[in-house]
Amino acid sequence: MSNYDVQEYVTVTIAGQMFGIPVLQVHDVLGSINLTNIPLAPPEVAGALNLRGRIVTCIDVRKRLGLPAREETGQRMSVVVEHHGEPYALLIDTVGEVINLKSEQLEKNPATLDPRWREVSAGIYRTQDNLLVILQIERLLDFAGNASAAA
Amino acid sequence: MDDLLSEFLTETNENIGIVDAALVALEQNPDDGSQIDNIFRLVHTIKGTCGFLGLPRLEAVAHAGENVLGKIRDKELTVTADVVTIILEAMDVIKDLLETLEQTELEPEGNDADLIARLNDVAYGTVTASAGGSSNVVELVEEVSEADLEAAFAAAAGPDEVEAQIRPLVSQEVRPGEVSEAELEAAFNAAPGPDDEPDEPELVAEPVMEIPVVAEKKTPEVAAKDHAPKETSLANQSIRVNVELLEDLMTMVSELVLTRNQLLQMVRGMDDNEFTVPLQRLSHVTTELQEGLMKTRMQPIGNAWSKLPRIIRDLSNDLDKKIDLVMHGAETELDRQVLEMIKDPLTHMVRNSADHGLETPKERLAAGKKDTGRVVLDAYHEGGHIIITISDDGRGLNSEKIKAKVIENGLASEAELETMSIQQVQNFIMRPGFSTADKVTNVSGRGVGMDVVRSNIEKIGGTVELKSEEGKGSVFTIKIPLTLAIVSALIVECAGERFAVPQISVVELVRASTDGRSENTIELINEAPVLRLRDRLLPLIHLNEILRLETAADEIAEQSEVKGDEEFIIVTQVGAYTFGIVVDRVFDTEEIVVKPVAPILRHLSIFSGNTILGDGSVIMILDPNGIASQTGENLVGDHTIEEEMQRDTSENDKVAMLICRAGGNEPKAVPLSLVARLEEVDIETIERTNDQMVVQYRGKIMPLVTMSDNATIVETGRQPILVFTDNDRTMGLVVDEIVDIVEDHLNVEMASSVEGMIGSAVIRGKATDIIDVGYYLQKCFGDWFGGGETAAFGSESSSQKILLVDDSPFFRNMLVPLLSVAGYEVSTAENPTEALEMREAGKEFDIIVSDIEMPGMDGFQFAEEVLKDERWAGTPIIALSSHTTPQDFDRGRQVGFSDYVAKFDRDALMNTLSQTLRAGGGAR
Repeated sequence: MSNYDVQEYVTVTIAGQMFGIPVLQVHDVLGSINLTNIPLAPPEVAGALNLRGRIVTCIDVRKRLGLPAREETGQRMSVVVEHHGEPYALLIDTVGEVINLKSEQLEKNPATLDPRWREVSAGIYRTQDNLLVILQIERLLDFAGNASAAA
Repeated sequence: MDDLLSEFLTETNENIGIVDAALVALEQNPDDGSQIDNIFRLVHTIKGTCGFLGLPRLEAVAHAGENVLGKIRDKELTVTADVVTIILEAMDVIKDLLETLEQTELEPEGNDADLIARLNDVAYGTVTASAGGSSNVVELVEEVSEADLEAAFAAAAGPDEVEAQIRPLVSQEVRPGEVSEAELEAAFNAAPGPDDEPDEPELVAEPVMEIPVVAEKKTPEVAAKDHAPKETSLANQSIRVNVELLEDLMTMVSELVLTRNQLLQMVRGMDDNEFTVPLQRLSHVTTELQEGLMKTRMQPIGNAWSKLPRIIRDLSNDLDKKIDLVMHGAETELDRQVLEMIKDPLTHMVRNSADHGLETPKERLAAGKKDTGRVVLDAYHEGGHIIITISDDGRGLNSEKIKAKVIENGLASEAELETMSIQQVQNFIMRPGFSTADKVTNVSGRGVGMDVVRSNIEKIGGTVELKSEEGKGSVFTIKIPLTLAIVSALIVECAGERFAVPQISVVELVRASTDGRSENTIELINEAPVLRLRDRLLPLIHLNEILRLETAADEIAEQSEVKGDEEFIIVTQVGAYTFGIVVDRVFDTEEIVVKPVAPILRHLSIFSGNTILGDGSVIMILDPNGIASQTGENLVGDHTIEEEMQRDTSENDKVAMLICRAGGNEPKAVPLSLVARLEEVDIETIERTNDQMVVQYRGKIMPLVTMSDNATIVETGRQPILVFTDNDRTMGLVVDEIVDIVEDHLNVEMASSVEGMIGSAVIRGKATDIIDVGYYLQKCFGDWFGGGETAAFGSESSSQKILLVDDSPFFRNMLVPLLSVAGYEVSTAENPTEALEMREAGKEFDIIVSDIEMPGMDGFQFAEEVLKDERWAGTPIIALSSHTTPQDFDRGRQVGFSDYVAKFDRDALMNTLSQTLRAGGGAR
């Protein structure tokens, strides 16, 4: 098995669903965060936070995926990724582990998937007990174009 | 781009700037030997470097220019304006070439034979003695290729010899572009050159420029060895650093400052501990570092001014004016980023001052001034800001001209202008598309001007102010922050969130209450909050509203009416527009580093950036410009911000309306001035006669009408009515409830098909029916007295003819029935043109009632028109206007209005009508 067809993913759960984020794109995993609200921002933007002197824009992935707001008030975690040199924190429920998956096992998005999900999903992995939706960060952060056009 | 090329471009551009300035200085003081030496050396360097880089076209121009300069230096040619002009022209050509070179990295095609020929004419044509020999030399130089020269040179002297001669030269200055002419000349004179070449500097330079390369190629080790120890003091003193590196450093230091602030905040709460001392030291060092680095970014403002003497010189030639440019404080330093941003606005403003501001010498002498006009530039520091003033002693701004232009461009109405201060009028020149220059000249008057200047300066958080006195001159004052990187900001709280407001736009802070307990009270005009601040009305903006921050807590507070016993108003100025931002709390000020917001938030114009506070939290920085432009719309609808500023003016256009409910829930409104009294009558006292409800009111019988036939009247208790009077007659209009009296713009947007309603208008944000009082009067008295008697009512003859000219359908609709009821025969015209058409059609009227503010021809002009033609000249005209200031009266009388009546004063109109008619009838 050659190296390049194995991908490493950080698994996260949002509303019970497992998602995978390419590990190389993940810069940080944050526990408690102190969010500053940004009025008038698109609803997907949860706020901004200070990560060691850098201002990180926080994205509520639930909103982005059209999921209801989280009911339990427990601590939320976030994964910091970088896009075009700008850091973004993705607000998720919990962080799992890092797993290796063979690229060839990636399956196409089922046609029945919600368009909002299909938009951000690069494909699905079948793991032993779960289905893993691979998130495409660029696509996930791509709501801004629409937002600014609407504004 | 090639390093060498980019270096050359930077340097040559700099040099040309210096040459420009020096030439102008030389022109003023032709005997200054050091000046010409300096110019000659710089041009020579340019030429040499061009040759070295293989840029023949540039080289040829520089060379020809240098010839002329050489003659001047050798005192064979005297400095005249013509000579300087042609050299400047050569510099311009070089500049253009450089520009293309920068874009394409290639020298553009074409040649400058014409310019070169003229330069040569200047150099040799006038000095016949040396013409023959020198022109040969010129040709020689142009024809000889570099390779030939190199070959010739190599043949002339062995490399070793040359090395020996030029080694000190090489070690002093490695960059060919910076080799001074004197050094080169010295080196070359020492080196054995081809004997047949005359000792002409322009020629000499060619081979010399090759020397360093030849030398370096052949004996790198020698050059390198000697290089280090003999480094000149000049090179030690200054180095060229990439701007980007400085920017990066600045960012790092900004971060350091923030971290330091954070640490200080943490330690502040603790008692003395082991951190205190090292932290103080850290703090100290950080401050020093920050200041030091700021200095590296600082440049004297003179850099931005260096081009101005040249511009002024050209202008004075083009415009035939004598202009003195005086510059004070050129050494005042400011951030290079800021400097870049103000360079163009400054140039533009100086140009404006010279072109528009200063008069021609003739005009100046006639005005009793010196024939030479002065443009004075002044720069100095003041409390963290740089103040730059540009003043001229010219003609100043002509307020009348501006007013005419304002009206022409439809920026404001004449009546609005009347109420403005001179300064407000003058500030119109900073509006887009505004130019008072009669002609579009080469220099200015293109209509893109001061507004661009203003927006550029505001972009960097600066302000422009203008003071001008007609006949004495104008002063523009620019206030800009020292640096953009670190700004002082006011931290405020609103709906539990904190925000930063840049201190520069904060004028003052006002504590206000909404319950009238404190001196400053927030008042509402149609739900738009305002504050009486000294002598003016300040429009207010609730921060939570524009940020849509209606939190649950806020609502609770609102219900419990605890909210609003104290609020803070940040009086903010954006350009000429001053407004107040209402916030819940104000904390202290803090030095913040403005960081741009994430790209996905860039469209939020309300924030200029974000930053991290001392306590580590992220805070959004509000952009007052963004707030102003957002709320300008919300507050004043289609009116512009500046109009909002003259709120007191626009309020004249507002009409007090009585809002009531009658027959249905939708609000109905009637102009308050039409209503004589508001009464409540006891239901018991309502009687019926002749199928008509009446009450006994003040000893008379007053008929009551309802809005609609099926309207209900309360069974018991008291019934509110609106009383309308008409001479000795009164009528009561039965309503369900009197809701409120509001002031608003009355704009009937939809005509009504329902009888008794004029139409609908938006009042207080709600669609409101406007009651047609005339209809009810007619209905009431028509029914009451019978149709025949109406004609005799309130008039002397049976049918006096009235022409009503008003652009507003509302007034036409409202006045026509009123006047008809009063027994006049009314014709209407939508505008003066239509009225004048009636004149052409041969119609005659006994009296004309005309509005003043009308689009196109206004009432004053209309009156003048009417008086011009004898057909209507004898017809009295009554002006009807919402503006009734004494000036208006005077103006109205002057142009021939018989009388002037306020728009809603119905009684006055009726009285005036009958009086005027009576007087007119008597005269006839």
